[in-house]
Amino acid sequence: MLRWIVWRDLTLAWRRRADILSTVFFFIIVVSLFPLGIGPETQLLRSIAPGVIWVAALLASMLSLNRLFANDLQDGTLEQLLLTPQPLFAVVFGKVLAHWIVSEIPLVLIAPLVGLQFDVPRDTLWILLVSLLVGTPVLSLIGSVGAALTLGLRGGGVLISILVLPLYIPALIFGAGAVEASIMGTSPAPHLYLLGAFAIVSLIFSPWATAAALRISLE
Amino acid sequence: MPGLCKQPKVDLSRLISYICGSVVAPTILEVNKLGCVRGDRRLFSGLDLSLAAGTYLQVTGPNGSGKTSLLRILCGLLTPAEGEIKWQGENIRSLAEDYFTAVTYLGHRHGVKDEFTAIENLRISNALNGIEVSKERARDVLARMGLAGRESLPARLLSEGQRRRVALARLLVCNTKLWLLDEVMTSLDKGAVALIRSLIEEHLAGGGIAIVATHQDLEVATGSSQRLELAT
Repeated sequence: MLRWIVWRDLTLAWRRRADILSTVFFFIIVVSLFPLGIGPETQLLRSIAPGVIWVAALLASMLSLNRLFANDLQDGTLEQLLLTPQPLFAVVFGKVLAHWIVSEIPLVLIAPLVGLQFDVPRDTLWILLVSLLVGTPVLSLIGSVGAALTLGLRGGGVLISILVLPLYIPALIFGAGAVEASIMGTSPAPHLYLLGAFAIVSLIFSPWATAAALRISLE
Repeated sequence: MPGLCKQPKVDLSRLISYICGSVVAPTILEVNKLGCVRGDRRLFSGLDLSLAAGTYLQVTGPNGSGKTSLLRILCGLLTPAEGEIKWQGENIRSLAEDYFTAVTYLGHRHGVKDEFTAIENLRISNALNGIEVSKERARDVLARMGLAGRESLPARLLSEGQRRRVALARLLVCNTKLWLLDEVMTSLDKGAVALIRSLIEEHLAGGGIAIVATHQDLEVATGSSQRLELAT
């Protein structure tokens, strides 16, 4: 059942490839604007790199969150998903997993490449990749709660950012912190552990919260 | 003397009909004092229903009288303001997901994905309900719904009526006892309406219950037919 819902969402995403590409291009462009605007001051670029890349990832994932449930709401498939005999949190988990694969994994993979523009050391690029790999599930999971709460509202796109971005702050601090620690030459492990802990907490709580929010939104 | 002979005969037939009535068709869906409030408007209150197997219930009423709300309450999407719904003697709130194995709800947003073909739509919606439908079976079912030759087109290329036929194809596979159909006849031609009628008749003959919100009379031949008129 979980495999069906993941397969369904992945296929849908594949048939609307433009949506994925727009998220990835947004990420690349936002990150690239900083080196272009600041100029070739490697010391400065290196110190802002973790924050800029992580913030760009947060903003890029905002773009795709709107679509997480809105399309399904419009054509009535969301109602049908709510009426399946599986627990709703499992359905939500499947959708969030698909969203992570479709919208976040491309960002994770492209991040080391855009990181090159900031003259980040090669080892740090790996840490950047790992920190995003651990941290982006948080974005999908917590974002799904916001997406469910703002479902069907006018101006939901802005509202979702206001709701969700503050909740991303811990992920941003630890994620960017890990990369920064690596640039400074200290161990990024503590940051990554905390980031992982935060990911696990959101994995446990957000599917339930999203399921409850969906029920409310569809009333 | 003849009077004495007749007396037990009458009693017996009444007894038989009473026994058959309670054994063959016990109440499956029971609605007690249901009330619905949308916004600050009370749509209906004190609604009582008891439906036995093989019952067809047509819900009618002017626009905004609460037909859709009633159906959404009955399938568990909407929480009623008051009252309770019992499925086989148990409250549907406590049954939770188990109740959904017994219910198929088709709303006026028909739940057909534009990006998927008719076959994919049918197979996925059933797979999510725990029923695996093979490609051949899906093709047969869609052919019966009058979609032969169009099974592999993306649903966005189908007409509104054809998309509704894809949604209705689920009824042929779903195996549920309670059908809740909300305005499913809109944008359907005469042939499709006749098809729905025969589907519902088969369903009723198999001991199912169908609750249909519609302005059109379906005139279902089998089963016992009831009518619920919601007023504004």
